[in-house]
Amino acid sequence: MNAPNKSGWKPAMTEGGTADGPATVTGNRALMLEEPLIFEIGTTGTTGVDLPEPQESATRLGSFVRKDEIGLPGLSEPETVRHYTRLSRQNYAIDLGLFPLGSCTMKHNPRLNEKVARMPGFLDVHPLQPVDTVRGALEVVNELAHWLIELTGMHGVAMTPKAGAHGELCGILCIRAALEARGDAREVILVPESAHGTNPATAAFAGYRVEDIPATKEGRVDLEALKARLGPDVAAVMITNPNTCGLFERDMKAISDAVHAAGAFVYCDGANFNAIVGKVRPGDLGVDAMHINLHKTFSTPHGGGGPGSGPVVLSEALAPFGPLPFTARMADGTVQLVEEENAAEHDHARAFGRMSAFHGQMGMFTRALTYILSHGADGLKQVAEDAVLNANYILRSLEDVLDAPFGPSGPCMHEALFSDKGFADGFSTLDLAKALIDEGYHPMTMYFPLVVHGAMLVEPTETESKAGIDQFVAALRSVAERARAGDESLKTAPHFAPRRRLDETLAARKPVLAFDGPCTPGGTPQLSEQGGS
Amino acid sequence: MPRYFTDEHEWIDVDGDTATVGITAYAQEQLGDIVFVELPPSGTEVAKGKDAAVVESVKAASDVYAPITGEVTEANGALEDDPALVNSSPEDAGWFFKLTIADKSELDGLMDAAAYKAFCDSL
Repeated sequence: MNAPNKSGWKPAMTEGGTADGPATVTGNRALMLEEPLIFEIGTTGTTGVDLPEPQESATRLGSFVRKDEIGLPGLSEPETVRHYTRLSRQNYAIDLGLFPLGSCTMKHNPRLNEKVARMPGFLDVHPLQPVDTVRGALEVVNELAHWLIELTGMHGVAMTPKAGAHGELCGILCIRAALEARGDAREVILVPESAHGTNPATAAFAGYRVEDIPATKEGRVDLEALKARLGPDVAAVMITNPNTCGLFERDMKAISDAVHAAGAFVYCDGANFNAIVGKVRPGDLGVDAMHINLHKTFSTPHGGGGPGSGPVVLSEALAPFGPLPFTARMADGTVQLVEEENAAEHDHARAFGRMSAFHGQMGMFTRALTYILSHGADGLKQVAEDAVLNANYILRSLEDVLDAPFGPSGPCMHEALFSDKGFADGFSTLDLAKALIDEGYHPMTMYFPLVVHGAMLVEPTETESKAGIDQFVAALRSVAERARAGDESLKTAPHFAPRRRLDETLAARKPVLAFDGPCTPGGTPQLSEQGGS
Repeated sequence: MPRYFTDEHEWIDVDGDTATVGITAYAQEQLGDIVFVELPPSGTEVAKGKDAAVVESVKAASDVYAPITGEVTEANGALEDDPALVNSSPEDAGWFFKLTIADKSELDGLMDAAAYKAFCDSL
């Protein structure tokens, strides 16, 4: 495992029948640029900055003094810029086209968000600055907290968790603290099959035993099975709503009532909040804790584009146990930080601890608040409506060629779920996804949720226009028809990508994660290939 | 040597008080190419229906449940170097672990080959 790539092996380039014409000296195909690893470009003698020679000085490092070259590539600034720009051209991004990755909510990141996030008072702040110098930033955190509480109908919010799963952990730790405060040691967390995969991982990480609750045939939580399992050992139920089948859990209130009657808490995975924001308040459905992925619902960049942020809204029962620090508006109108030193003054002495050293993802807070304020309450409601409308349009446009297992359950929410039923023998969801690359789309989420065979989970978000969706539907329809007809060319897709189908099994079994070869002379890209098979 | 099957797609060969456990040909077919198998070390107590091993494919990671209660006596070390054995020989060389059976009556209710085949056909 993880063997250094001594041979310089790389997956083969496009071959046979698709890249007509002669081989090129550079390996480039017109504007499709071939790019070596940065280690292969740079000699260690080059540098992009010109620093004065340091004065001779005695070292105090003793035996820790470096004896060998460290082998970092040396590149000039233009070489460095070109390297990463070339790599970026080989990537797919929401700025290039529809990114239908279900459950990930790849929506447009408005440029207004970026403008605001780059304002000097927000951009260059440090968490250890005196509070008096970051009044504006604290106002942003407090204002966003206020909006999140309002939109969810909850009592409090922990802004510090750094992403969705971190938020889940925060919520479960609040539940644990609340149970411990009443001397109630419960050991089990119930997780329905229709929940996100991070939920059972979170529960297990927090020290709980995880038990499954089955889904009904229509793709929702089996309420009767859940009620039957509730008891004095159950600490919480973790529900994803809307769930991973793209459906709204209609029995949510009945579920919450039953869970509360059994003395347990309701955790809601709010990753799919974008489908219901402005329409339903989770607090009204009896939810005790729910994380909100700012990088999904509120359009902050993610998927390599930026850090996540997962604030957790809390019910009245859990809010006193939420982590420090948080912001609070004082009687004099200023916003202050509540930390360990002054927690008691704010009736928050029972906080379970901290989720992070400081105050959360400031850069995401500014972007999310910008998105919220630029849309307004009515605009956010339309975000949810458009996202759901777009997903239903895709679901109904394709259900004659793609099996929609929960199509009969009624309208979907923000994502449309299909299965591989009806494909010709030997054809899989993977084949269809690879063919979609040839059509110029990033594939949808595949093989998740697990409850559906060969699942394809498509989430268009509110970003897409009807024309954009129509083109995507036409492309997906075409590859689906090829899969049904048993078109052999599907099995060798993608045909037009810089690399053909990669060996995913070999990549997982024998990943090559480190480079351990000699640096070549600068500016001489070396294409050392030994072919793909 | 009688072989039984579970509705979670494990097989179990019983030989006196010891048994060998693996996943079925149907299970490996559904999972696709197996890339990693995590096995319980010798001495692990496993309980019927509870997690005993983890199998990871290019598509998904799945739990493998113990068909019956017992103590693991040996894990198939060959799977560590070559998890593909589960694909190429799921019901033979790709076995997962051996255990000593705690309670033979737990075998009641497991399926025989014919019943398991009918079960898979119904899926």
